[in-house]
Amino acid sequence: MQHTSLEERKQHYHDCMSQYKAKIVICGGTGCIANGALEILHRFEEVVEAKGLKITVALKKEEADYILSESGCQGFCQMGPLVTLYPQGIFYVHVKTSDVEEIVEKTLLQGELIPRLLIHDDESGEPLADTAHIPFYAKQERTTLKLCGMIDAQDIDEYIAHDGYAMARKAVLLMTDEQVCQEMTASGLRGRGGGGFPTGRKWDLTRVQVNETKYVICNGDEGDPGAFMDRCVMEGNPHSVIEGMIIAARAIGGTCGYIYVRTEYPLAVERLKLAVKAAKEAGFLGENIFGSKMNFDIIIMEGAGAFVCGEETALMASIEGRRGMPMPKPPFPAVKGLFGKPTVINNVETLATVPVAMLMGVEKYAAKGTAKSSGTKTFALTGHVAHTGLIEVPFGTTLREIIVNIGGGVINDDGTNGGSNFKAVQIGGPSGGCLTQEHLDMPLDYDNLLNVGAMIGSGGLVVMNQQTCMIQIAKFFMQFTQNESCGKCVVCREGTRQMLGLLEDIAEGNATKESLELLEELAHVVKVGSLCGLGKTAPNPVLSTLKYFRDEYHAHVFDKHCPTGRCQALRTYSIVPELCKSCSLCAKKCPVHAISGAKGVPYVINQEVCIRCGVCMETCKFHAIVK
Amino acid sequence: MQIPIASKFDRVCQILERHQRNPHKLIPILQEIQAEYHYLPEEIMTFVSTALGISTSAIYGVATFYSHFTLSPKGKNIIKVCDGTACHVKKSESLIQAIEKELGLSNKKRTSEDLLFTLETVACLGACGLAPAVVLNDKVYGFMTPEKTLELIRDIKAKEVQS
Repeated sequence: MQHTSLEERKQHYHDCMSQYKAKIVICGGTGCIANGALEILHRFEEVVEAKGLKITVALKKEEADYILSESGCQGFCQMGPLVTLYPQGIFYVHVKTSDVEEIVEKTLLQGELIPRLLIHDDESGEPLADTAHIPFYAKQERTTLKLCGMIDAQDIDEYIAHDGYAMARKAVLLMTDEQVCQEMTASGLRGRGGGGFPTGRKWDLTRVQVNETKYVICNGDEGDPGAFMDRCVMEGNPHSVIEGMIIAARAIGGTCGYIYVRTEYPLAVERLKLAVKAAKEAGFLGENIFGSKMNFDIIIMEGAGAFVCGEETALMASIEGRRGMPMPKPPFPAVKGLFGKPTVINNVETLATVPVAMLMGVEKYAAKGTAKSSGTKTFALTGHVAHTGLIEVPFGTTLREIIVNIGGGVINDDGTNGGSNFKAVQIGGPSGGCLTQEHLDMPLDYDNLLNVGAMIGSGGLVVMNQQTCMIQIAKFFMQFTQNESCGKCVVCREGTRQMLGLLEDIAEGNATKESLELLEELAHVVKVGSLCGLGKTAPNPVLSTLKYFRDEYHAHVFDKHCPTGRCQALRTYSIVPELCKSCSLCAKKCPVHAISGAKGVPYVINQEVCIRCGVCMETCKFHAIVK
Repeated sequence: MQIPIASKFDRVCQILERHQRNPHKLIPILQEIQAEYHYLPEEIMTFVSTALGISTSAIYGVATFYSHFTLSPKGKNIIKVCDGTACHVKKSESLIQAIEKELGLSNKKRTSEDLLFTLETVACLGACGLAPAVVLNDKVYGFMTPEKTLELIRDIKAKEVQS
């Protein structure tokens, strides 16, 4: 195998594929698997074979009529399980095992569409046959994610057939280390993990260090709640991450690589292990890679559940077998990193973008996006939006385009179309901030976001409707960072705890004007005084909600009222007299006997006695109780 | 069922050998030990300390730092409720409350009396498209409601009673 060239393997793959009449791709991302994608895959095998036809799976590529392939996450998790039929590209959603027989009989054998399983246009109601016409996909620009969701993650040949490893080979055999760094600088690629440091410069800083041993680390410790793009890349196209690491190793003179993956992503770990094994067998990893003198190997390490390990110095401590606590910088990892050796550490998405940008031509890649943030960015679009999933757009796209055109608009709590019910978007997880109505038309890039007090972070975009209480959101993130604070520096350890306490006071109606002032002061102290990125950015959710939703804080503090009714202690329940049928059910259920009334007269709640448990509201059959 | 002491240490030895008794591999070693015993027993950690030449306090430090490690036995079935941002705004808290009520758990008490269930809340499973999500014994369930969650638990309880 080692001596077959990439071209030969590519040709062989295409020859092999041309024998099949159709290719059935089933999305095998975490979301679709949870909804039964694997059962559907097996059902296809059964049904096709029962018809006396032959079907094979992508990894085997036996002689057959049809081929079945399991792809990585296609991003449209909400519509899963997803089944795509090539060559036409027919896209079926919400497929159940019971639909398989019909798909085989009608679509596969007779070429007929099944309208029930297609996506329908929101406005005209017309069924849309393929992904090119579905707004969710048509409005995106899938670059890094292009192959993710198309190819079989477990099949190295399919990656090679799409020009995979060609750039790694070029870098190793035909380019000098300096040229690779220059190429990356020319692409304008900036770190996708949040900080946005130029990748080419980072590599160059490590390259100039003289040392026999240098490390390349892929940071797959994607801990931001509400972000899952790195998971999708690792699950859906693990070879692109490996190729990016080989190129990085070439650039810096790296000898050994580590991929640090969250333990919460078992499927990603499994697929990466398979991919590393396949790359080793092909001679892309190990000794004398691509027939050159270069040696480079990759070790996969599972995290053990600590958010702070996403911070580079903490991550390295964790690989070394210690508590994942950050170290002051300098020295930077480029000078003294893992085991004291020069180390380059990049995020998953950054590394996966490297071969894509090189293949496209770095100038062409640099031309995408905005002047200072070139290229495309993946976002995990979630929360109160009609279409949740993984998306990719060029930098400079506005929030409105993302939420309305791709996400299909805001939804209400019950899932119905929310129209103008938009309240805020939380971007960048616990390090980021909230953006409001006024930012809907702002082009998204690294610098614009920093200017308004948020950051791109790893790219979680959580849309929130008007029924969301911003104090609860700020409290949620503070709870998270307080919990994950490693405890090394006092400012972060004690600061986040005190801030959380103050937010709890606000949510419970125990806060005063002084609490609000103290909260703001503390937020600034934690921001400047903390050792690492976790602490420095922890106050962002509080500061940005204070900035844009101060009136909501005031309502909680001064009026002891939660405008959305989400803060239990500040809720008031009342009975609408017109709707009350005097059935007395609520009065019987009330644990503190706060409800009284008589037959024929509407019941009332004594607010002095009420403990705001909400039982009455659940009990009322006439929806007469409101909060 | 009590595991005989000798065979108990046999398996730790195998794990240590697999990692060449390299102290830098402490985390993978502890992960494999936990996979074997479902928690990190004290005597095993002392043993690892001697074998790797790391002080017991350093090992205890690592074991308590990472949330994945546990020092007390876990239940037979592990329920993980995702409380990431997306799940949180889609009311994952109501799932947690329902489970706590059903199994008699609290903030401090995460494993049920009968050692059948352990409830864990995780920061984000990365299954935000399915929010709110619950993982029961490594199988992901999406778009959960308190009722559906309790149904899962009761199913397992019923099966336990049968066997």
